[in-house]
Amino acid sequence: MTDSVPPARATGPDQFTGATPDNAIRDADRAKAGRVLAADGTPLKRSLNRALRAQKLRALMLIAPLLIFILITFIAPIADMLFRSVENDIVSQTLPRTVVELDRWDGEGTPDEETYRALAADLMVATELKNHTRLGSRLNYETTGISSLFRKTGRDIDEAGEIYMDQFVALDAAWEEPATWVSLMADPDWIAAQADWSARAKEAEAAQDAAATAEEARALEFTEPEPRFRLSGTARDALPRTSRIYQQFASVIRSEDGDSPTQEQPWAIVYQALYEDLSGGFTGESYDGAQARLLSRAADAVAAFDTLPVKEFFIENVDEDWGDPEVWGTIKAFSSPYTAGYFLSAIDYQLTPQGIEPQPDDQKIYALLFKRTMFMSLTIMFSCVLLGYPIAFLLSNLPLRTSNLLLILVLLPFWTSLLVRTSAWKVLLQQEGVINAILVWAGAISDVGRLQLINNQTGTIIAMTHILLPFMILPLYSVMKTIPPQYVRAAKSLGATNWTAFWRVYFPQSVPGIGAGCILVFILSIGYYITPEIVGGTTGTFISNRIAYHISQSLNWGLAAALGTILLALVLVLYYLYDRIVGIDNVSLG
Amino acid sequence: MELPPYATLGQKIWHYTFLTICGLIFFFLIAPILTIIPLSFNAENFFTFTPGMLAFDPEAYSLKHYRDFFTNSGWQQAMWNSIKIAPVATLLSVSLGTLAAVGLSQSHVPFRRLIMAILISPMIVPLIISAAGMYFFYSRIGLQGTYLGVVLAHAALGIPFVIITVTATLVGFDRSLTRASANLGAGPVRTFFRVQMPLILPGVISGGLFAFITSFDEVVVVLFVGSAGQKTLPWQMFIGLREQISPTILAVATILVVISIGLLTTVELLRRRSERLRGMSPG
Repeated sequence: MTDSVPPARATGPDQFTGATPDNAIRDADRAKAGRVLAADGTPLKRSLNRALRAQKLRALMLIAPLLIFILITFIAPIADMLFRSVENDIVSQTLPRTVVELDRWDGEGTPDEETYRALAADLMVATELKNHTRLGSRLNYETTGISSLFRKTGRDIDEAGEIYMDQFVALDAAWEEPATWVSLMADPDWIAAQADWSARAKEAEAAQDAAATAEEARALEFTEPEPRFRLSGTARDALPRTSRIYQQFASVIRSEDGDSPTQEQPWAIVYQALYEDLSGGFTGESYDGAQARLLSRAADAVAAFDTLPVKEFFIENVDEDWGDPEVWGTIKAFSSPYTAGYFLSAIDYQLTPQGIEPQPDDQKIYALLFKRTMFMSLTIMFSCVLLGYPIAFLLSNLPLRTSNLLLILVLLPFWTSLLVRTSAWKVLLQQEGVINAILVWAGAISDVGRLQLINNQTGTIIAMTHILLPFMILPLYSVMKTIPPQYVRAAKSLGATNWTAFWRVYFPQSVPGIGAGCILVFILSIGYYITPEIVGGTTGTFISNRIAYHISQSLNWGLAAALGTILLALVLVLYYLYDRIVGIDNVSLG
Repeated sequence: MELPPYATLGQKIWHYTFLTICGLIFFFLIAPILTIIPLSFNAENFFTFTPGMLAFDPEAYSLKHYRDFFTNSGWQQAMWNSIKIAPVATLLSVSLGTLAAVGLSQSHVPFRRLIMAILISPMIVPLIISAAGMYFFYSRIGLQGTYLGVVLAHAALGIPFVIITVTATLVGFDRSLTRASANLGAGPVRTFFRVQMPLILPGVISGGLFAFITSFDEVVVVLFVGSAGQKTLPWQMFIGLREQISPTILAVATILVVISIGLLTTVELLRRRSERLRGMSPG
């Protein structure tokens, strides 16, 4: 603020020109506008607002980098998890036609022939794209056996429509030729473009062969992709089913194998579609393209073809499970892009075609697991209060120097690596471990009667009480430090016994500390993973171990996400309580 | 806790019972950690004291588990991974966190509570949930199984600690000092580095230590976000504990205990210095 200091002259009204506070006030007086003005003449309110806005902006600019960082590295993953717990587009993406057809099915018996045709087409494409096993494993979470059904179907699906292929080829060998199909289905412009492309590819290849060195040859390599296949309008109108599946055939072999429809015979299922088109409503007049004569001869012959309904093909030739309403029910139930199915599984219910039903009793594990997590967290919480309260009481009543020294005994475990503490307990609690050895040595137990302290709930509770105890002691201590000793003294001088003075005067004042410590310990313990995994065995594990299992072993990510979402909701509710009782800002770190 | 001279026998008994109980609880707190230290010098591959150890026979003690730690390639790689990941993550969370804490400590911050809740959230959300979410999201964007992914994840986990300790230090910060500095002609950047930073440095360092220990000790997130190439020391210990427990783990644990004692001392000294600087009563 060094600029524009006017030369000092005699003071007095309006001696200084420009924006000085005095002048501003005088201006305001003169104007008699009743508004307070800032030094530069703008209304004070606006000027202040501007200053405030600048300040807010500066603060936000300082916070912004971190906020963006956390939003990307942390909040987005959490949001992704929440989304995954309801996301279910795999069925509708892998089986798009089937899902549409299934809409008409009422859940009784098997779906109609049209649905099976759609299924054959969808599965043919899915098998070529190698998506069918993924879908199979997804649906297997809901109904066991679907995974193997889909794998089996994937192996047999290229036989769907073979019976028609053979008959078309027997009718005229030209049906076997890729070129016949291209001239039948493709847009003339595409045929020209494709011919041009393959000529250039040949040229490039020839040039490559002529190249002197390997590098030169590599530089000449022809990398341009084949033009994308386009259907001709006539084929689309005259042969709707055939053209749809042929188009897909062309695009799948192009993207998956780098092949061209000019080189490959279509899938058998394309012949099936052709049969359907020709036998239903096709007349010679509707197609006037290149292969009109071949097509009309075929159209005349199809009436005499041997037939095999697709439904029969699936049930008789592939697997009888395709006639099972339960399989279809599962596909229909999970055909919408979002599902509550994972959440229902997470609370031991299932989504069936008939609606929401409880899981069979032998598959109910999550309610038990949630109850166990709750029960063990509560036990750990209570043992922490039991052990933490005397320590905090002692620390807050000792002289500062001594209590600081003893506090180190609390802080050392707090600072020690979690893995170190867990391994210590693993070593101590083993059947051949230190605790059992001492007990045997002391004669408390016999050598054969060593206690089973690990790989069960006892192990988890002991180890986690030890690990979480500092989180109870520290908040308790910080509350107890602020309780004035005069109150207890006053109570005693009024005739209270030690116990009454403690219970009626001291204890109520320490309750906020107990509340804070309990919620903290409880929140931390219901989300624990490492310690239960190592010392918990099978009976001492928590819900988080199940989440980890679903992520890395069963690969049922949706269910893991749903379980995680429930756990997260629980923790957030508890944290809200913690915030109301203690305030997040008051979290102290030792 | 002085016992008054007029205490009755009952009061005396209660007083000493209470002290004994407290002693036992302190023993419970500290004994497991101390037990592993002598066990790590065991000459045998046992997890309990051998008769030789109890007789203080020098033969029964050895450094072989430490030797194994320093020669075994698996452990060495894990150690170097930890050393490569934790400091970078710490640097990231300290620099971003301090900046944001300074911003948050200003008087007019819109949506302060919301921002604070978002910044603190990595500490609140259970680790397994953070790990699951990061695993899903990082595999979508190609960060899963990369060094960068692990560093970013650990930095996010360390940030709440930096925010909490630095904002706590800034509470006692005298604003008139920055005004004085501005008045004397220093720009905001210079004011920050020459006036504010030296005063809040203890808070920044202890926040950094918290962030460091968070990353250095972290196992759940790295287990999911990392791949075999990012195997850290805690991860290696976790595998060792779950599959075949080898006494080398005790040697590593002892080394880690020594490190945490060092860190604890540093934080404690810093805390006292910070309180002295801010004119609070010595803790």
